[in-house]
Amino acid sequence: MSLVQESILMQERPFHMIMNSLMSHDEHIPSKGMYDHDITSIIPQIILALPFVVVLVLYIFAVAANNRRHNRWPSIRTAYWVTGCLLAIGSVIGPLVEQGIVDFRAHMVGHLLLGMLAPLLIALAAPLTLLLRSLSVPLARRLTALLKSRLAQWLTHPSIAALLNIGGLWYLYTTNLYILMHEHTVLHIFIHAHVFIAGYLFTVSIIYIDPMSHRTSYFTRAIILIVALAAHGILSKIIYAFPPTGVPADQAERGGMLMYYGGDLIDILLIFILCLQWYRAARPRLNKKAKEFSHP
Amino acid sequence: MTIRHQSAFDTLSAYSKRNLWSGALFGIGLAAFIDEAVFHQLLHWHHFYDKSTTDIGLISDGLFHAFSWFATIGGLFMLADLRRRNVYWGMKWWAGKLIGGGSFQLYDGTIQHKLMRIHQIRYVDNVIVYDLIWNVIAVIMIVVGLILVARARKHTYARKAVSHDHE
Repeated sequence: MSLVQESILMQERPFHMIMNSLMSHDEHIPSKGMYDHDITSIIPQIILALPFVVVLVLYIFAVAANNRRHNRWPSIRTAYWVTGCLLAIGSVIGPLVEQGIVDFRAHMVGHLLLGMLAPLLIALAAPLTLLLRSLSVPLARRLTALLKSRLAQWLTHPSIAALLNIGGLWYLYTTNLYILMHEHTVLHIFIHAHVFIAGYLFTVSIIYIDPMSHRTSYFTRAIILIVALAAHGILSKIIYAFPPTGVPADQAERGGMLMYYGGDLIDILLIFILCLQWYRAARPRLNKKAKEFSHP
Repeated sequence: MTIRHQSAFDTLSAYSKRNLWSGALFGIGLAAFIDEAVFHQLLHWHHFYDKSTTDIGLISDGLFHAFSWFATIGGLFMLADLRRRNVYWGMKWWAGKLIGGGSFQLYDGTIQHKLMRIHQIRYVDNVIVYDLIWNVIAVIMIVVGLILVARARKHTYARKAVSHDHE
């Protein structure tokens, strides 16, 4: 309701005012009375960063507790976790956020880190496995039940997760949502949370690191990954050719290319891991092996 | 001894198609990779975006670009799978690679460059010369690939005859 009203308001505001508020952070402050908050103030940054700080610390404590009771937790997973959380934190607070408002390229770097690289590293750290080990048995059972629920099945189905992920981006960059995001703190927080969560759901729907109760075939996941990567690439070219409202053409071009090639790099990692998992799962079994290896 | 030969032959022909597919996927991926690395990045002949691109061209290019990354990596993992099963068949694999790579190049050079106008090979006056060389190379790759398939088939019959002789 209020979103609709505000988007109507947006259209009524003269274009140069929108541009001004985007171009310079300093000019943004006097017009602050118009909006409820300033998105670069400390509160929204803390709201976005705090969850990552908390889980970063909790994971390390859980690893320490785990190593006392069970087998040693692989250090590489801890390394993935720390790097992933730090990248996510770096993309929601500090200079990248401030720069991201005036410079679309910085915004795009933040998007690649928060929506793609951090989720991949965090998924590789197998947080659910660690959580299941750390919880008491009744709690772990309840969590397992939750992971098997209809909702969880839906959200982690590759097609739904891909739609949430790429569809959300499509909506952000082809409507005036992008410019609204810079004006409204709540929207800013919601969109950034969405970018990360959708990125994480998509990653875990494609590569299985943590336990997953309802699996889809390698073939299905491969097709959906290709379509999602294609949609990501097409969207970057659309941004390149038709800059989102308020983004100067040269920044849109650089940003679009950054999104295209950056997305490629991270998706290559996803493709590699998916293929590696297939390669391991499809290894010849012993009885078959005896037959196959017998040819001259 | 004969039985062993026969069953080995069966496994090999069961994997014959997979050799072709693995090669074809890798061929598509390699052709797309050379296109990206050499013509986009090194020579800067191809443009990232051409204003004359049709919508369908944008979609086709996006899908092929995404697919080609998957094809390169997936094709190589399939090759590793064939080798660990000891059923790698060079002639079939190379046939697939040439047919896959040639087909992609021909599709890129005719449909995508000309019909969908995603971009030209090079932004010069006599682009027709580039187009001709591009597409002729593609056709040669496909033809050589098909010849290899035919030769592999002949080879198969020869092997079959040999294993029948043993019986």
